[in-house]
Amino acid sequence: MREFPVATSPHLPPRASVPALMYRVLAALAPGAALATWQFGWGVPLQLALACLLAVAAEAAMLALRRRPVGRALADGSVLVTAALLALALPPYAPWWLTAVAVLAAVVLAKHLYGGLGYNPFNPAMVGYVVVLVAFPRELGHWPAPAALAAGPDLATALSVVFGGSPLPDALTAATPLDHVRTGLSMNRTLAELRADPVMGRIAGTGWEWVALGYLAGGLWLVWKRVADWRIPLGFAAGLALPALLAWGVDPDAYPSPLFHLLSGGAMLGAFFIATDPVTASTTPRGRLLFGAGAGLVTFLVRGFGGYPDGVAFGVLLMNMAAPTLDQLTRPRVFGERR
Amino acid sequence: MSARIHPFHGGLVLDGRKALSTRTPPAPVPLPERLVVPLHQHIGAAAEPVVEPGQRVLKGEPIARAAGYVSAAVHAPASGTVVAVEAHPVPHPSGLSAPCVVIEPDGEERWHEGCRGTADWQALAPEALRARVRAAGIVGMGGAGFPTHVKLNPGPGRAIHTLVVNGAECEPYITCDDMLMRTRPQAVLEGARIMQRILGARRVLVGIEEDKPEALAALREAAGGAPDLEVRAVPVRYPSGGERQLIHLLTGLEVPSEGLPADIGVVCQNVGTAAAVRDAVVEGKPLVSRIVTVTGGGVAGPRNLEVPVGTPFSHVIAHAGGYTDEAARLIVGGPMMGFAVRSDAVPVTKTVNCLLVAAREEVEPARDPRPCVRCGACAEVCPARLLPQQLYWYARAKDFDRVQDYKLFDCIECGCCALVCPSQLPLVDYYRYAKSEIWALERERERAERARRRHEAHVARLERERAEREARSRARRRRATDREARQAAVAEALERARARRTVQAEGGHAEGDGAEDA
Repeated sequence: MREFPVATSPHLPPRASVPALMYRVLAALAPGAALATWQFGWGVPLQLALACLLAVAAEAAMLALRRRPVGRALADGSVLVTAALLALALPPYAPWWLTAVAVLAAVVLAKHLYGGLGYNPFNPAMVGYVVVLVAFPRELGHWPAPAALAAGPDLATALSVVFGGSPLPDALTAATPLDHVRTGLSMNRTLAELRADPVMGRIAGTGWEWVALGYLAGGLWLVWKRVADWRIPLGFAAGLALPALLAWGVDPDAYPSPLFHLLSGGAMLGAFFIATDPVTASTTPRGRLLFGAGAGLVTFLVRGFGGYPDGVAFGVLLMNMAAPTLDQLTRPRVFGERR
Repeated sequence: MSARIHPFHGGLVLDGRKALSTRTPPAPVPLPERLVVPLHQHIGAAAEPVVEPGQRVLKGEPIARAAGYVSAAVHAPASGTVVAVEAHPVPHPSGLSAPCVVIEPDGEERWHEGCRGTADWQALAPEALRARVRAAGIVGMGGAGFPTHVKLNPGPGRAIHTLVVNGAECEPYITCDDMLMRTRPQAVLEGARIMQRILGARRVLVGIEEDKPEALAALREAAGGAPDLEVRAVPVRYPSGGERQLIHLLTGLEVPSEGLPADIGVVCQNVGTAAAVRDAVVEGKPLVSRIVTVTGGGVAGPRNLEVPVGTPFSHVIAHAGGYTDEAARLIVGGPMMGFAVRSDAVPVTKTVNCLLVAAREEVEPARDPRPCVRCGACAEVCPARLLPQQLYWYARAKDFDRVQDYKLFDCIECGCCALVCPSQLPLVDYYRYAKSEIWALERERERAERARRRHEAHVARLERERAEREARSRARRRRATDREARQAAVAEALERARARRTVQAEGGHAEGDGAEDA
């Protein structure tokens, strides 16, 4: 007779893990982050490093306070994803304290006060972003000029701007394409005129369009690897581009093209990396399409008619609120259930 | 009738590892010293023993009779002597003991004379054929063990048009059906034909996963192009061998949620069951042995064996080369839905299709659960199109109403969700837990209901008795009152008489005195 330890089925070893998912998301961010570094200089890696360090420290502290195994939970990598998304969403030369406020709001407020990974109803990175956007709108508007328009600051300048409190030299700043369109239209210029301006680039802004393509590439890889559900980015693109197409068709001088919308601001980052956060998105197939579409639509509305240049964060947070209801309303028909 | 395959939602392509155990045809395993034959090898009531210790039995002789309709008879797997009827550990996840008949084989293998078959079964009525299936103690051999005669009797209101014969064998490692189909294709098809006759089904559809080309070819050749019997290849995608999934693959019909295949005119039977039906009807052999796959990195010589029911696992494994140093887990069934047992000192039953002795690397690393991140990977692979993450959420919160709203009872426990879960949650454990809690609650509710009814009856009886008692005592009182009244009246009358006499005495003293004193 021989004795064996028992276990419950299925007996095959698990095929996936949360850390593996998170590290894939980080890997998928790399092309966009690299292109952003190329366009906007040292500020991008500086913000990434700063946000990651602060986020890990904040998460470790919160886990310790909540008496959770610190090392194990930190190892899931989710806090690094939050930090990276925040760092890439914030202006690259934002002062360190602004990043700190955003990171603390994201990790402490939006994540751990709700019970940590898996229990937060709102996307932590977007909560952090909106907190600083509402509290410090001026700092959030300070974007550097892309590489094609001005050589970025060297490392020493970058460090002194981020940590030393010195302002980014005016010559190195430029309005973002979304800002440029917004102020231009408010001054009664037409889009045809605006498109001739150097910041506008070929499609969606000099430099910016490259970064967006970087996120698109990484995002498509995530979809291909099935880390992100294709329905959310597709829904997002449709929710943003279809109303944009309608408006553009009606008056192309007053409304930017759908392609401009898709490749400018945070659209690609939001569609593939932020709206796809499974914890805070809808979980049903149809719910995910609607979730993405709603976030895209809100983005379009805020850009076109709201008080902020971009609306991805608001779109995502509003749809986070709607996610439980969407899940309820879009339950799939169970096998054998009446059609 | 379209030959199209209708894919089901979800499922997984798994590493089959079937070649491990298909190198040699199933060989008979020698008789062990003792056969321990459980009385409860099926769904339904345990069989009732009809033998006593010391009794000689012949191979195929009934040793326990079916206890009711949903039950199955048990027969002696070898000739020999009954040495005990007692509780023994049986293959069960909890390692429990249950009543068994213990037989010491004499090695003569003499068949019981009651075991007579007929090649001319077409001459028999469906009723008579079904009675033979029932007498042979045949149960679903795919693992569930539902008594076959019950499944072959869908009842009057349900006409069966299609018999689906399940040769999919989608679980990794298991090859007993594959080897059976390769070696006895005629038996499988003849069994299918017998069941077709019992059911009055118009057609027979045999479904086999594409990774069994030899079995497909053997059955196709045996079928010989009959118009009402089709052997179809289905894609390799677990759990294609699930009853509902295979029916959908072959017919495009969905078995209703909370319903049975018979509700849509289909009955599904495993190929092993078909062969057992044929052996029972044609050869008169009851179900006393079966093919068992012994496989995994934990056995030295993986293979299929023809094993008498009641043979201890240890004996079977010894005849597959014994354990290797790597043996880490003993699983009855496959790695997806099988259950692990604590000890190999339990017997093979009618439903044990596979003994998987898993090596360490086949079942490790162990799960490392983290919080659910609602990624939905589980919903993508769920063949029942459920939302496993919601089920998990509600099961964990013990919200048993919501968990049923989300159709917990349509979960077939295939394990796909748990396999793909990046949080590595033991999801199926939660569903099993919720199901058993709900059953317990229901039993509790029923018990409470019965108790309430009993209590009400009790109160009503007390009330009735009290009323009767009161009525009786009222009647008694009334009678008593009557008596008192009568007594009073009598007393009064006497009083009056006396009074009268007194008056008379006072009136005429002289005449009265004399008379009174006289």
